[in-house]
Amino acid sequence: MAPRREPIFLERETYRRRRLIDAVRLLPLVGVLLFLGPLLGSGAAPRSTALGGLYVFSTWLGLIALTALLVRWLARAPGGVGSDPLEPDAAPGGPSTRAGGGAEPDAR
Amino acid sequence: MNSNVLISVSLIYVAFLFLVAFGADKRARAGRGAWLHAPIVYTLSLSIYCTAWTFYGAVGYAARSGLEFVTIYLGPTLVMVGWWWILRRLVRIGRAQRITSVADLISSRYGKSNLLGVIVTALAVIGTTPYIALQLQSVTLSLAVFNAHEPGAEVRLSTAPATALWVAMGLAVFTVMFGTRNLDVNERHHGVVTAIAVEAIVKLVALLAVGVFVVWGIAGGPADVARIIEASPISDWQINGGRWASLTFLSAAAFLTLPRMFQVLVVENVDEKQLATASWAFPLYLFLMSLFVIPIAAVGLTRLPAGANPDLFVLTVPLAEGRDGLAMLSFLGGFSSATSMVIVAAIALSTMVSNHIVMPVWLSLRQGGASMSGDVRNAVLLSRRVSIGVVLALGYLYYRFSGGGAALAAIGLISFTGIAQVLPAMLGGIFWRGATRVGAAAGLIAGFAVWAYALFLPSFGEAIFPAQVMADGPLGLAWLRPQALFGISGLDPVVHALIWSLTINTMLFFGFSLLSFPTPLERLQGAQFVNVFEHSQPGRGWARGAAEAEDLLIMAQRIMGGAEAQELFRAQAAAQGKSGYLPDTTPEFLQRLERELSGSVGAATAHAMVGQIVGGAAVSVEDLMAVADETQQMLEYSSQLEAKSEELARTARKLGEANAKLTQLSIQKDAFLSQISHELRTPMTSIRAFSEILRDGPPDAGAQQKFAGIIQDEATRLTRLLDDLLDLSVLEAGQVTLNIQRDSLRAVIDQAVAAAGTAGDGRLLEIRRDPAREEVTIRTDTDRLAQVFINLIANARKYCDAAQPKLTIWVSRQEGRLVVDFVDNGAGIPAEAQAVIFEKFSRLSDQQKAGGAGLGLAICREIMDKLGGAIAYLPGQGGAAFRVTLPADRARSGNSG
Repeated sequence: MAPRREPIFLERETYRRRRLIDAVRLLPLVGVLLFLGPLLGSGAAPRSTALGGLYVFSTWLGLIALTALLVRWLARAPGGVGSDPLEPDAAPGGPSTRAGGGAEPDAR
Repeated sequence: MNSNVLISVSLIYVAFLFLVAFGADKRARAGRGAWLHAPIVYTLSLSIYCTAWTFYGAVGYAARSGLEFVTIYLGPTLVMVGWWWILRRLVRIGRAQRITSVADLISSRYGKSNLLGVIVTALAVIGTTPYIALQLQSVTLSLAVFNAHEPGAEVRLSTAPATALWVAMGLAVFTVMFGTRNLDVNERHHGVVTAIAVEAIVKLVALLAVGVFVVWGIAGGPADVARIIEASPISDWQINGGRWASLTFLSAAAFLTLPRMFQVLVVENVDEKQLATASWAFPLYLFLMSLFVIPIAAVGLTRLPAGANPDLFVLTVPLAEGRDGLAMLSFLGGFSSATSMVIVAAIALSTMVSNHIVMPVWLSLRQGGASMSGDVRNAVLLSRRVSIGVVLALGYLYYRFSGGGAALAAIGLISFTGIAQVLPAMLGGIFWRGATRVGAAAGLIAGFAVWAYALFLPSFGEAIFPAQVMADGPLGLAWLRPQALFGISGLDPVVHALIWSLTINTMLFFGFSLLSFPTPLERLQGAQFVNVFEHSQPGRGWARGAAEAEDLLIMAQRIMGGAEAQELFRAQAAAQGKSGYLPDTTPEFLQRLERELSGSVGAATAHAMVGQIVGGAAVSVEDLMAVADETQQMLEYSSQLEAKSEELARTARKLGEANAKLTQLSIQKDAFLSQISHELRTPMTSIRAFSEILRDGPPDAGAQQKFAGIIQDEATRLTRLLDDLLDLSVLEAGQVTLNIQRDSLRAVIDQAVAAAGTAGDGRLLEIRRDPAREEVTIRTDTDRLAQVFINLIANARKYCDAAQPKLTIWVSRQEGRLVVDFVDNGAGIPAEAQAVIFEKFSRLSDQQKAGGAGLGLAICREIMDKLGGAIAYLPGQGGAAFRVTLPADRARSGNSG
């Protein structure tokens, strides 16, 4: 793996964080797709419990690993793991706000 | 195995849990409980999701339906993995609004409505009571399994209800001890959380141990297990798509709305770091809990006799293999699952019952006002303790009268479906500002009714709904059959009830929300909840400060305890700039106080209590407007202040500049005065010296004449100097009167040359001119102009150091204006001196030729300024060169300045 470069601009950092948050937001959708996957073609002949179990448990573990990885990255932010550059500081002891000048508007 | 041993071990285990809870509470209160906030403790506390129903029941479920059991864990996994969407928001809201329970969340969101609090509380009690009964049943059943291995089993089985009673009472004692020990402002229970974290580890270890034993002890590793599964009755995975998706959704919904889950997820949460870690760690926990379920089920089905209860495989498989120690561990795991769930559920329910049912009733019975009557703090604690007892008693009674058995086993999903009715109001409340109290109430009541009719009541069997009603519907209305509403039959009962109840619930919630109009407080709370990430300011509920601070303090002391209340009041008073304990009852203060109180008694009750003292002042639109106006005024005021301070800064800058100028002028004046005195003193000194000589003794006539001549020269020089000074001061003051007349330039120069020629020492100066070019008529003050010319010619005469000094006077037109250049053939003026020659008293050398005081060129510049022309030094002409620019004809008005 190539050495990580330090961000040159704050905007770039903010941008990265926004995308990271997007990825975290996408996780449950990924989970739904994975977990509902077995329903595809479920009208056909019954399948093997052992293989089905292998599928369910391996995707489950994969999702957990992916979440853990993204949360690890999220925790690197100076404002704390739950900080969003676009949100003003809301909770006491919560994330700090950085100047999110270059950040794009978030549809809320 | 001797059941006495089992009971002893259980008691030791319980005593150990007491110690853990006690120690953790003690440490937390001593301020040394930082590790209690570790994300891992939080994650483990979430494991109360895995009750005895999942500990024992998952294997039973798997033995009946194969892989489907896993949906109960996939739903929570999705919620945790999607923490950024819902949980992060809930936790923020919970912290910002000091939410104490799921009922409090709903009540607080919809304008601190107690009606909604009561509805949700009722729903929670009805949905949870059977669940508590299920836990009691699981403990007695598992005990019975051990007893069955002993002689005299029949006798002991009859004692099962007594066992359940003892368990229920023990749990009540534990819960009261650690769950209502403190009336915390933020409702956190460190002892309980730590104890259930320990229990979480015990049940995970127990299940993993049984699983490892089954896979590597009984079977010969994973491959062998796969073979056993393939050969077992559950080898075929027949997916019921509807159930798979519905149960995943249902478990996700229940995970968010179950009172006990809300308690550990939101209320006991300390920071977002906990949530972030739990977002993957808790799914991992669930993963591990369910990893060996299928192998245990398959092995149990294969090796145990056909009639064995699959719900107890976790116990009976080790027992059948003669592993008593493992069975004991497994029993403790199941025991842990049951007890931790019951404890937290009892705490959550008692908080809700106390805050939303008991306290409002108590308050309304004591109309005199909370501050005047008994000790509210004790009343709250007592009502909680009684509520815990009542909840557990209800669970026990339900267990007794339902008779245990299979009917209870199905209650898990039924209970989930019931409590999931809170979901639309919860999600709508935190994402949609348009959700109203009326909509939430309508949705909750309708969903609750449909659930009770289609799922809950039928679960009691014949006693409630006769078979005929189930088959044909009430009064023969087929479309109202409980398990085939509106004629849609063939669905699984749980899926059927889930779809209908939540659909009707959601539709009514949206419909009534759209049609109704929220109260101001509702709108305020709605904005606070939905925009929790933007608003850090608490919403304001109290616009007028009519309340007496002292009454409030008395009331707060009774709820929060004396020291805490006094500290709060003192801090608030200090923040307002007052000393003592009685702050002004500003809206901000009342708001703050109300939220502190709501941490103890719930939002609705706190609102009502403060309201009693403040005089029941409900928030009106006018109040909100006033608050808004106030904010607006503050904004305007601050912008005005800003403008003013900017103006001040500008003024200060100007003053500074003026000051610098004045200082400079003062320095100039000082320099000027010292120059003047120096200039005056030199001639005066010689005049005095020579006049003294003349007075003391007349010398010979020649010397006398010479001295008198010197005196006269010096006096003349003084006079000239004074004249110059006067001239300059008149010019500078602008008091000069110009005498404008028409004349030829040539005449003016002639006059100047003639005058300059007579002045001075008569040193030879050759003047070159081109008279033809000088034939221009000018209109200006010719005398003054001549004075300038004289000055320039005299200067050339005095300072031109050439052997044969020459001065060229050259008239020309530059850019339409008449200029006269005076160029001599001397050394000229050094570049660095050119800038200062027009200043007063600037002399290039010390030679005191012709008594020049260094005022000549300064006067010239003043004159040319007055005339509207200019004079400048012209460098690069091979000598000293001055250019006099004559005023433009038309620009000259002829009047004095």
